Amino acid sequence: MRRTPKESSDSWRRISRRALLLGGAQLGFAGMLGLRMHHMQVDQADEFRLLAEENRINIRLIPPSRGRIFDRNGRIVAENTPTYRITIVREDAGDVEDVIAKLSALVELDEDELNRALAEMRRSPPFLPVTVADRVSWDSISRVAVNAPALPGVTPEVGLSRFYPDHGNFAHVVGYVGPVSERDLARYEDPEPVLHIPRFQIGKVGVEAKYEEQLRGKAGAKRVEVNAVGRVMRELDRREGDNGADIQLTIDADLQDYVQARLGHESASCVVMDVEKGDLLAIASAPSFDPNKFVRGISVADYSILRDNDHRPLASKTVQDAYPPGSTFKMVTALAALEAGVLSPDDTVWCPGHLEVGSRRFHCWKRAGHGHLNLEQALQQSCDVFFYDVAMKVGIDRIADVGRRLGLGIAPDVPMSATTSGIMPDKDWKQRERGKSWLIGDTVNASIGQGFVLTSPLQLAIMTARIATGRAVHPRLVKTIDGVETELVGGQELDINPNHLRWVRKGMSSVMNTVRGTGYRSRVVAEGYELAGKSGTAQVRNRVVSNEDVPWIERDHALFVGFGPVHAPRIAVSVVVEHGGGGSSAGAPILRDVALQALYGGTPPLDAYPSSDHDKIKELQERLDRERRERAEQARGRA
Amino acid sequence: MSYLEYTVKTTPTGWRKVLYINWPLVILLSAVACVGFLMLYSVAGGRLDTWAEPQMKRFGLGLAAMFVVAMVPIWLWRNLSVLAYLGSLALLVAVELFGTVGMGAQRWIDIGFMRLQPSELMKIALVMVLAAYYDWLPLRKTSHPLWVLMPILLILIPTGLTLIQPDLGTALLLMIGGGLIMFLAGVHWAYFAVVIAAGVGTIFTVFESRGTDWQLLKDYQFRRIDTFLDPSTDPLGAGYHITQAKIAMGSGGWTGRGFMQGTQSRLNFLPEKHTDFIFNTLAEEFGFVGGVSLLVLYVLILLFCIFAALRNRDRFSSLLTLGIGLTFFLYFAVNMSMVMGLAPVVGVPLPMVSYGGSAMLVLMIAFGLVQSAHIHRPR
Repeated sequence: MRRTPKESSDSWRRISRRALLLGGAQLGFAGMLGLRMHHMQVDQADEFRLLAEENRINIRLIPPSRGRIFDRNGRIVAENTPTYRITIVREDAGDVEDVIAKLSALVELDEDELNRALAEMRRSPPFLPVTVADRVSWDSISRVAVNAPALPGVTPEVGLSRFYPDHGNFAHVVGYVGPVSERDLARYEDPEPVLHIPRFQIGKVGVEAKYEEQLRGKAGAKRVEVNAVGRVMRELDRREGDNGADIQLTIDADLQDYVQARLGHESASCVVMDVEKGDLLAIASAPSFDPNKFVRGISVADYSILRDNDHRPLASKTVQDAYPPGSTFKMVTALAALEAGVLSPDDTVWCPGHLEVGSRRFHCWKRAGHGHLNLEQALQQSCDVFFYDVAMKVGIDRIADVGRRLGLGIAPDVPMSATTSGIMPDKDWKQRERGKSWLIGDTVNASIGQGFVLTSPLQLAIMTARIATGRAVHPRLVKTIDGVETELVGGQELDINPNHLRWVRKGMSSVMNTVRGTGYRSRVVAEGYELAGKSGTAQVRNRVVSNEDVPWIERDHALFVGFGPVHAPRIAVSVVVEHGGGGSSAGAPILRDVALQALYGGTPPLDAYPSSDHDKIKELQERLDRERRERAEQARGRA
Repeated sequence: MSYLEYTVKTTPTGWRKVLYINWPLVILLSAVACVGFLMLYSVAGGRLDTWAEPQMKRFGLGLAAMFVVAMVPIWLWRNLSVLAYLGSLALLVAVELFGTVGMGAQRWIDIGFMRLQPSELMKIALVMVLAAYYDWLPLRKTSHPLWVLMPILLILIPTGLTLIQPDLGTALLLMIGGGLIMFLAGVHWAYFAVVIAAGVGTIFTVFESRGTDWQLLKDYQFRRIDTFLDPSTDPLGAGYHITQAKIAMGSGGWTGRGFMQGTQSRLNFLPEKHTDFIFNTLAEEFGFVGGVSLLVLYVLILLFCIFAALRNRDRFSSLLTLGIGLTFFLYFAVNMSMVMGLAPVVGVPLPMVSYGGSAMLVLMIAFGLVQSAHIHRPR
C-alpha cells in the first residue's frame, strides 16, 4: 500500500508526540522507583538493618557451672558430675528407625522416652539434636562411641549434674537442686533467661536454695548466625559467663557423719556449735534421705515412702521443729531470777514434791520432793518446785527478756530452709496471739519449759553457747564464699552479770559431774574434757503411766544441752530425741559421745569414759565405725 | 515513508550491516547481563555452576540469536508478524493441553534443551502483529470503531489464554503493553478513557467475585493482593516473603553490605532470590548505589529504543521498537515495584538479570528485531 508523503509525516509526527509523552511517563515512573529505593535504603536503612540483624542473630546462653560445696576441712559435699545422654540428629541419621533399632541393641531405651523423642523429632527441624536416652551409664556410652560408624547421627553428649557424694548425711543442711519448675519461675519478678534452659537445675532447699545466686553464677552467651530455618551457620562471638562460687561450710563432715550415725534410726536431731565463733560443726537431723533422688526427680513411690514415714525424714528437725525445752529451760528462769535480784546462790527453797498455786497443784517430777535446795542443787537434780517458786517471784516478762537475750523466740539467721523462731511467750504475746490474759499458772509452766515455750534444737545450742561464754554467739553455717571468709556476727558481751552466769554454769557442771546430778551417768572422766549440761524431758501428753507403757508416738521427748570442756568451753551441743523418754537417759549419752568426738577431733579414747561404761562404749564405737565404713562404701558404689 | 518508497541502495548489505548495528545498545544489554551473572554467582553462595554459568550460556545463545535476527531485513520480519502471532497463539493453546505444571500454573513446554514459556514469546509476537497491523491500516481508519476492535481482539485472545494458565503477571503485561501500542499508533483518547473506566469496573468486579462460585482469580492470587495491601496481616505466611524482601533491600543502605555479604539472601531469608527477588540481593549487597546503577542502565536501554524509534521514519519499525522498549520497561518496572512492596507479587522476572531461559532468549530476539529495524531503517 502506498502512502502520500503527507500521510507518512503525519503518522511519524503523531508517533513521536505520543512516544515522547509515554517516554516521559516511563522516565517519571523510573524516577519514582529511584526515590522509593532512596526512601527504603537511605531514610529507613537503620530500621531495616536492625530487622535484618534480628533475623540472623540468635543469642544462645552458655549455662554456668554451679559452685561446689565443701566442709570446713575441704571435703566435698556437693559437686557436679558428668552425666551422659544420647542424642540423634535426624538429617544425619537418615533412616531414623533403623538407627534406633541398632541403638536399642546396645543401650536399653525407655519406651516412653523414645516415643517422646520421636514426637519431638517430627516437630523440630531435622538438624536439631533430640535426646533419646538420658542419664545413661558410662558403659553404655562407651558401647555407643565404639559403634559410632554404624550409628549415623547418634552423638553421646556430656552434661553436668549435681551429685551429693555423702547421700544422706548433709541432706538437711545442703538441701538439693532440681529442675526449674513453673513455681520457681513465678517466684522471680524477672527470671534470668538461664532458668529457661531445659534441664537447668536450681537449689530447692537448704544452702543450695539460700545461696542460689552465688552458687549459680552468671550465664555466658554466644551470638550465633542462623539461617531462615534456624540452622546455626557460625558463631559470631561469645562472652564467657562466671561459674558459680564455691561455698565452704562450717560443718566438719567427719563429725557430721559421726553424729548422723550416732543418732541412727531415732527420730532425733543434734547441733554441735563452736562457742568461740558460733560455727556450726554439725547439724544433723535423723533419719535422713538421699538428696540425689530429688536431683533426678523423685518417683512418686519413693516420695510417698519418705512422706508417710512417722520419723519424718524430710523434716529438718534442727531448725524447723520447735519442742517444749522442758528442764533445759531452767537456766533461763534461774538467770532471770538472779538478774532481777530475787534470788541469790545461797537462797534455798523447800520442795515438798508439789506447789499449790491458787487452787491448782503443780507437781515436781519427784513426787516425794527434794527437800531444801539451793540454785546449784536445784539445777543438779532438776527440781521443778524450786523454779516454780522463783518464777512466780520474777514474773514471765523478765524471764522472756532473758530468754530472748539467750536467743530464744528469735529465728536464728542460718541459711537453712523453714527456720522456726520458736515461741518465747510473755504477757503481750498471749494477749496478742491467744486473746487471753496471762495467768500465774502459765508462768509456773513456762518456768520449767512447758506450756507455751517452744524452742528449736539450734536455739537450744545457741542458748547453751551463750551461757557458756557470756557472749552473744550467733550461729554461722557458711565459712567462706568463693574463698572469702564470711563476716562473724555478734560475739559481744551479753547484758547479763558474769557472776550469775558462773553460778548457773556451776549448776550445769554439777548435773554431769556430781553423783546426784541427772547426767552423772553420762559423765566424762578424762581430765580437761569434763562437760556441763542440763537434761530436759518434754511432755507430749499429760499422763501418769511411764514411757515404756505407751505407744512410741505418745512418749516424752528427751532433750539434753551441754558444753565442754567445763572450765574452758569450746563447744556447745544440743540433742533432741523425739519420743525418746527421759532427757538424762536418752539424751545425755548421745551428747557425751558427740561432744567427746568433737573435742577429740575423732574417736575419743576409752579412758575418757567411766570404767563401768568401757565395754558398752567399745561395742558402740565399733558398731558405728562399721556402719560408717559400710555407708561410705555404699556411697562410693552408687557414685 | 514505506519500504516500497526508499531506495534499497541506501540500505547496507552483507557484512557491512554489522557496522550499522546499534552497538551502545549491545553494550548496555551485556552490562545488564553481567550484573545478572554477578548476582547469580553471589546468591549461589559463590558457585558459578549453579546459576551463573547456565545463564551465561543462554546469554551467549541470546546474543547470537540477536545478531541473526538483526541481519534479516526488517520487512521480512514484518511479513512474518502474523505467522509469529499465530504460532505463539498455537503454543499457548498447546501449553494449556500438554504443558508442565509448575508453581500451581501451566506455563512451560519442555522442548528438550530448555523450557519454553509461550507467554514470553507472545509478548513479542503481539508487539509485532500490532505494529504490522497499524503499518498496514490506513491512518484515517486508526480510530474507526471497527478497526479498533480488531487489535483489541488481537490483545485479548492471548491475554485470556495466559490468564487461564494462570499467569496474572504476564496477562497484565500483555494487556497493558498492547493497549499502549494502540495509544502510540494514534488511537483516539476517548477509547482509552473508556478502557480505564472499564478496567476500574473490572477490578471492582473481580473483588466482588471473591468467595463466590464465579470467582475470577485463584485464591493464591487474592492472597497475594491482600498481602500486598497489608503485608503485616500475615507476617509469617504469604506476607513473610515481601517483608523479608523489603528488609533485604532496606538493610543495604547507601553502599550495601558488600559482595556476597548480604545476610538476608545468604541465609535464605529472601525468597526466590535467584529469580523474582534478585534485585533485592543486588540492593542488599551493593546498596542504593548499586540499585540505582541498574535502574539507570535499564532507563538508558529504554531511551535508546525511544530515540531509535523516533529516528526511524518507517511506521512498522518505529512502532515495533517503541513496543519492545515498552515491554522491556514494563518488565523491570513491574518487577521493581513488586520487590519494593509497591505492587503485588505477580511473578514477573527482572529482565536480563533473573535466572530463566525463555525470558532472556525472547528479550534478546526482541532486541534483534530492534537492531534489524535500526540497520534497515529508511535513509
